Amino acid sequence: MSGGMNLNLIVWRQENAGEPGRMMPYKAENISQDMSFLEMLDVVNERLINEGKRPIEFDSDCREGICGACGIVINGQPHGPKRGCTTCQLHMRSFKHGDTIVIEPWRSRAFPVIRDLVVDRASFDRIIQAGGYISAKTGSHADANAILVPKDDSDKAMDAAACIGCGACVAACPNASASLFTSAKISHLALLQQGKAEAKARVTRMIERMDLEGFGNCTNIGECESACPKEISIDMIARMKREYLKAMFAPIPQQKADAAG
Amino acid sequence: MAASGIGLILFCTMHLAGNLSLYLPEGSVFNAYTAKLEHLSLLLYVVEAGLVAVFLLHIVTAIQVTFANRRARGESYARGLKSKGGETKANVSSRYMIVSGLILLAFLIFHLWQLKFGPSEEAGYIAKLEGEDVRDLHRLVVETFQRPHNVALYVGVMLFLGLHLRHGFWSAFQSLGATNPRYSKPIYCTGVAVAALLAAGFLFIPLWIYFDVLGVYK
Repeated sequence: MSGGMNLNLIVWRQENAGEPGRMMPYKAENISQDMSFLEMLDVVNERLINEGKRPIEFDSDCREGICGACGIVINGQPHGPKRGCTTCQLHMRSFKHGDTIVIEPWRSRAFPVIRDLVVDRASFDRIIQAGGYISAKTGSHADANAILVPKDDSDKAMDAAACIGCGACVAACPNASASLFTSAKISHLALLQQGKAEAKARVTRMIERMDLEGFGNCTNIGECESACPKEISIDMIARMKREYLKAMFAPIPQQKADAAG
Repeated sequence: MAASGIGLILFCTMHLAGNLSLYLPEGSVFNAYTAKLEHLSLLLYVVEAGLVAVFLLHIVTAIQVTFANRRARGESYARGLKSKGGETKANVSSRYMIVSGLILLAFLIFHLWQLKFGPSEEAGYIAKLEGEDVRDLHRLVVETFQRPHNVALYVGVMLFLGLHLRHGFWSAFQSLGATNPRYSKPIYCTGVAVAALLAAGFLFIPLWIYFDVLGVYK
């Protein structure tokens, strides 16, 4: 690896959720521009391990941009400077020799730091548990055209379903709102026939859960869309609001009964 | 926020519609307009109470949301966040809605104190209108805007109104889900136009009077 880059890293180190963390300087030496950002951290960690120090902890899994495990804020940008890309897909060619790179975890009260750059995103799981699914048993694979879906709807549902739940939207939002995530999960079901039956109960419960988790409120700034590695549009948020109002002003009979009882 | 915001935009529009009479050389038109409002008596109080309620709803919600959003972040980013560009609506308008909002609130209080609850008939501000004595609000407005510091203040604050509405108009539609990907951009552009028109409409009144464009105030 000749002609490697030397970089100055400033990394958030935190033992656990209970203890205060701080930014610490590290050197990344002889880094190839063909490495991914996570491979660069692997190189730094290998050195730290050899020196008998605790490596920098970060999440990663598939390393090909589809699992949603990785995610760190790089110089104030979730998943780094490139749009439509996760941290694992970010290559070191995006940086120059001698650069200083500030590396932090997602910042949200609903995402407590577990250690260093690893945050607990169970709050997202609880939003899904609140209704982000279809409760009926779907049985074995249905015939491809048993339920006809208009092309336009299937495209939009697919755009929403691209969400990998990484949390970059929350990290990028000046209000730490989870509206883009929640709206994507609501939209991909609300647009399809199978999801429509439970749409009203779903949107109400998921939004209630989202607020309960301590996420901020959407003020339509749109930074989530900008940071989303799947480039999901804030049109999803408008759809979520529309679905919510529909559920509020025309609740399903079951909800009316719940409210009365 | 969205519903009350739309209500306040409608109020601003009606307020400006009435105020357009200040561009006319004869003060009697404006005085006739304000006297008509006064004559509504009970109805006016009902409308004003509704207006106060909408303002309070908007302001209280805004303050609550701001505090909740600060709390939601927890630890802040060491060097702040940096936009990745694209379709984002992140700009001074959207990022500092609470700042422009609080400036408008402070102005609103001052504005009511200065004009609505300012010197009235007792202080000699009386105009004859079809033989009847009414408050000469027109004279008060003209006198107010003959002082440069008032002109500077009103013009300055109206720029913040434009800034607030530039994000606020579109944001209200988005928050109510009253958009469609196809109309999102036109709605945003309409918002910019509405913000510019309202701000300009109000903003040029003090300048119009101060520079005495029609040469009637001496």
